[in-house]
Amino acid sequence: MTNGRGTSLTIETPEGVEFSYDLASPVTRALAWIIDLAAIGVLTKGTDKFCEWLAHLNRDWANGLAVILYFVISIGYGIVLEWRWRGQTLGKRVLGLRVVDAQGLRLQLSQVILRNLLRLVDMLPLAYLVGGFSSFCSRNCQRLGDLAAGTIVARERTLPAADVEELAPAKYNSLAAFPHLTARLRGMVNPESVNIAVEAVSRRDGYQPLARVALFHELADYFRTLAQFPEAASEGLTDEQYVRSVLRVVYGRSGSSR
Amino acid sequence: MIIDVPRFVAAERPYWDELQKVLAQLEAEPERRLSLEEIERLHYLYERCSADLSRLDTFATEPHVRRSLESLVSRAYSIIHETRAPAKLRWKSTLFAFPRAFRRHPGAFRLAVGVTLLGCAFGWFALRVDPRNKAVLLPFSHLLIPPAERVKQEESAQQDRLKGMKASFAAELMTHNTQVTIMAMAFGLTFGVGTLILLFYNGVMLGAVVTDYVMGHQSLFLAGWLLPHGSIEIPAILLGGQAGFVLAGALIGWGDRTPRVERLRAVAADLVAIVVGAGVLLIWAGTVEAFVSQYHQPVIPYGLKIAFGLCELVALSFFLGWAGRE
Repeated sequence: MTNGRGTSLTIETPEGVEFSYDLASPVTRALAWIIDLAAIGVLTKGTDKFCEWLAHLNRDWANGLAVILYFVISIGYGIVLEWRWRGQTLGKRVLGLRVVDAQGLRLQLSQVILRNLLRLVDMLPLAYLVGGFSSFCSRNCQRLGDLAAGTIVARERTLPAADVEELAPAKYNSLAAFPHLTARLRGMVNPESVNIAVEAVSRRDGYQPLARVALFHELADYFRTLAQFPEAASEGLTDEQYVRSVLRVVYGRSGSSR
Repeated sequence: MIIDVPRFVAAERPYWDELQKVLAQLEAEPERRLSLEEIERLHYLYERCSADLSRLDTFATEPHVRRSLESLVSRAYSIIHETRAPAKLRWKSTLFAFPRAFRRHPGAFRLAVGVTLLGCAFGWFALRVDPRNKAVLLPFSHLLIPPAERVKQEESAQQDRLKGMKASFAAELMTHNTQVTIMAMAFGLTFGVGTLILLFYNGVMLGAVVTDYVMGHQSLFLAGWLLPHGSIEIPAILLGGQAGFVLAGALIGWGDRTPRVERLRAVAADLVAIVVGAGVLLIWAGTVEAFVSQYHQPVIPYGLKIAFGLCELVALSFFLGWAGRE
């Protein structure tokens, strides 16, 4: 098992295969917590209303019940939801986060209970200062409860598959005329840069014109360093068209060479 | 190296879809037992998808395919390589998990008792040296009046001072004491220092109260007042302290070469069993404190209250010492 530092946790299986979790940043976790806090507020407001109604029958028992329900909801909210929704509370679900075992194994009930009970220390002295500090300092963004329970909070991967036809619809691809260079380009390019190019193409209309030109210029320059196509291949192509052609090449559907 | 990714994906996708279906079923029904054929098939699919992921690693230009396959392999890994039994909420195993966890860590419990007794001794000493220290050591107003005067007030009370607020008083006691117990466990994260301070402070208060009433010749009242709820409440907080020291021990790992992550993993279930068990005890203690402990002679004879408290202590000792022994 290997630990990444900062943004992801990589796990190597006994079969020698690696997979990784994207770690949730302390800021995203704080946002999820704010949503959870609001949900707890709504729940306790509801139980308070119920107890107010119950007070018509017996004020003492209604007050006692309100105290117990507040305690149970504030402690049990995270435990019940994380157990029933396999590592998610309402806030985590909205922000696409999930509690997972730090070794990639199945999340256990004891881990869920422990990380939620230890929240009492993470919340000290106020507003999650201890937990926040621990998350910033920890290699895997873990608050103290996560460290003790052996859990991490990961971002869910819900990226839709890129639609290459839409992103790079050019019928003719001048780069395809050089199969040895396109093969080299496929072998050299890394997933991160392809992701950036896909994002840049899909959001192109949202950029300011000058920023868009600069972004595609930078991306095209980067791809040109990986495989140097002859001038004839890129003649008359704008940087954006060049990037789109590269995307068609790396996704294995190069189009016609004319 | 894969030359034609679309063809590779088209050929392998049926296996990925099949694994996805099996995983969805297993995640929806964690207690489902698979037949030998199903296990073999799951293992085959897992290995095939792992191999596909490995092959995609050599061809880094399909990030979306890689990510979805990675997610599939990680989910299958968590099921195939998990050796811990899934949580089953069966009443017998759940009930006995608490005493069994307690008995697995006798040293931590002895340490919790020792620290509390040390606090008691300090409380006794501080009050013997100067009785005026009472105002500092005891933060409750009803404990600041002289014991003899309080006993006189309680025994001659004409009306029930808790009338109409017993249930809410019990609820306050339950939640407050449960919070203290959870904190005693959680402070184990400070390498046990927080747990030590909390138990010592509790001991100081307890020692000061006992010394005050014994010095004021009100031992009988004290036993009748404290034993009915204290025989459960005090051990419950000690159990929280035990959990805190177990947690601290796993963090520090004296002479233990096992990685810290493994040590913490090994004690997680015990910590939960002890704290949840102590929480249940505190529900009982809070109820007894509100409905029994606050009523004194002549409403409830001291002898009866003391006998009740001793019976609870014996029952708790038997439960923790012998329940669930194999």
